[in-house]
Amino acid sequence: MKKHFSYLTNGIIKENPVLRLVLGTCPTLAVTTAAVNGIGMGVAATLVLLGSNIAISALRKFIPDKVRIPAYITIIAGFVTIVQMLVKAFLPTIDASLGIFLPLIVVNCIILGRAEMFASKNSILPSVLDAIGMGIGFTATLTLMGSIRELIGAGTLFGFPITQQFISPMVIMLLPPGGFFVFGILVALSNKLATKAGKEPVKNLGCSSCPMASSCANKKEAE
Amino acid sequence: MLNKLTVSSSPHIHLGERTSGIMLDVIIALIPAAIYGIILFGINAALVVLVSVVSAMLSEFIWNKILKKENSWFDLSAAVTGLILGLCLPPRLPIWMAALGSAIAIIVVKQMFGGLGQNFANPASTARITLMVSFPAAMTSFYEPFGNIVSSATPLVDDGALTVKEFLFGIHGGCIGEVAILPLIIGGLYLMARRIISPIIPTSFIATVFVFSWVLGLNPLNAILSGGLMLGAFFMATDYVTTPSFNLGKLIFGVGCGILTVVIRRFAALPEGVSYAILIMNLLVGYINKLTMQKPFFKEVKQK
Repeated sequence: MKKHFSYLTNGIIKENPVLRLVLGTCPTLAVTTAAVNGIGMGVAATLVLLGSNIAISALRKFIPDKVRIPAYITIIAGFVTIVQMLVKAFLPTIDASLGIFLPLIVVNCIILGRAEMFASKNSILPSVLDAIGMGIGFTATLTLMGSIRELIGAGTLFGFPITQQFISPMVIMLLPPGGFFVFGILVALSNKLATKAGKEPVKNLGCSSCPMASSCANKKEAE
Repeated sequence: MLNKLTVSSSPHIHLGERTSGIMLDVIIALIPAAIYGIILFGINAALVVLVSVVSAMLSEFIWNKILKKENSWFDLSAAVTGLILGLCLPPRLPIWMAALGSAIAIIVVKQMFGGLGQNFANPASTARITLMVSFPAAMTSFYEPFGNIVSSATPLVDDGALTVKEFLFGIHGGCIGEVAILPLIIGGLYLMARRIISPIIPTSFIATVFVFSWVLGLNPLNAILSGGLMLGAFFMATDYVTTPSFNLGKLIFGVGCGILTVVIRRFAALPEGVSYAILIMNLLVGYINKLTMQKPFFKEVKQK
């Protein structure tokens, strides 16, 4: 039971996909111009991750090792299509603000990374817990980043004006430099917290965290 | 005594120059422009400059205190950054923006990369760009000198309406320390005479802007006398840390800054390109240094 609980909590803090594993950086930087976008992107990716982790974990003995990446991508693409259609139908504003990054969840490295690192080696229940934990970690980080950028860059939080009236917002926080800045600060803070807790900071992730590790020609050189 | 016996890499001979001495010279060189700008734009301008200097020094002090590093605020480098930033801000900027700009320059651009000597970008010009992108309205509302509260376009926009004399003495709207060219030139010449800066970067920068503007059919005299070019060329593009170390590299740096400035002014949707040009060239300094490394006189000895 304790082990199962650790699958769930791993993704939230200890192995937070964005801040500790540095995966899924592209959507993280691109969509977090507002807190709502962060939640939307996070929830959409979580749903896909949940579906793909379940399917891949269930099929892990059927998928031949040599073609597993195309097989994973096909499974993930199926779930992304479902989520995309649902978002388009029920949340058109979120769909408009996420734009191309919604279909791009297909190539989100968090999802492929969890399929390769976790779901293909574990049974369904741990995979579900892992997906939920990672999804919560991803969503929380995106929401935090979106809140910081929205608060400083537009003076609002979830669309409600907070500091807008008395401080003119710093527009740069909504632009790419602001995204990189907030991302860097958050990674630095999480590294600081990790070293305080006696864990290694994010430095060299090594080959084990890369979804291409087993088929990579440079693996030996890098090691 | 023990300190003197330490084995260390070159240089071994020390002239007794200190960071604070060099920085003091830069401050002396900037004083004419600062005083002249304050005379032109009044008490608000004085407040903006003062707040940027104080905020820069405070940021340095607080950062070092928090990270328990050896405190370096008295080496005056933060004061120089604050002073240069203050001079390239518009005179009626809300003072909290000036304070924020200085804090960004010191903490984000300088200290986060390791402090004095480690930063790859010029703190003052990067902070100016940050403010410019963040608060475009406040950063581009200029006023005529001597208290006329008339917002006017910068001379970069209405080309050709001003005479050389008006540029030299700054009788037009613009940033506190940038409008008047004469005090800036005096300050730049003082630094060159004291051998604090090498004349290569400023002259190649300004000459390139002149020639390239002329080639593109702009008014070349107007191009070198307006905007932030003089302040940028003499005080931002000559920063030791963020510019090339060798003479050929300095020439490349100056020419590159000049070309980028004119390209941005002429083709981009930005009002001024000097700080952007300096920042872009700052990023290339590592490569320029690598390419222009001076070789020793003797032949390379092949090792077995």
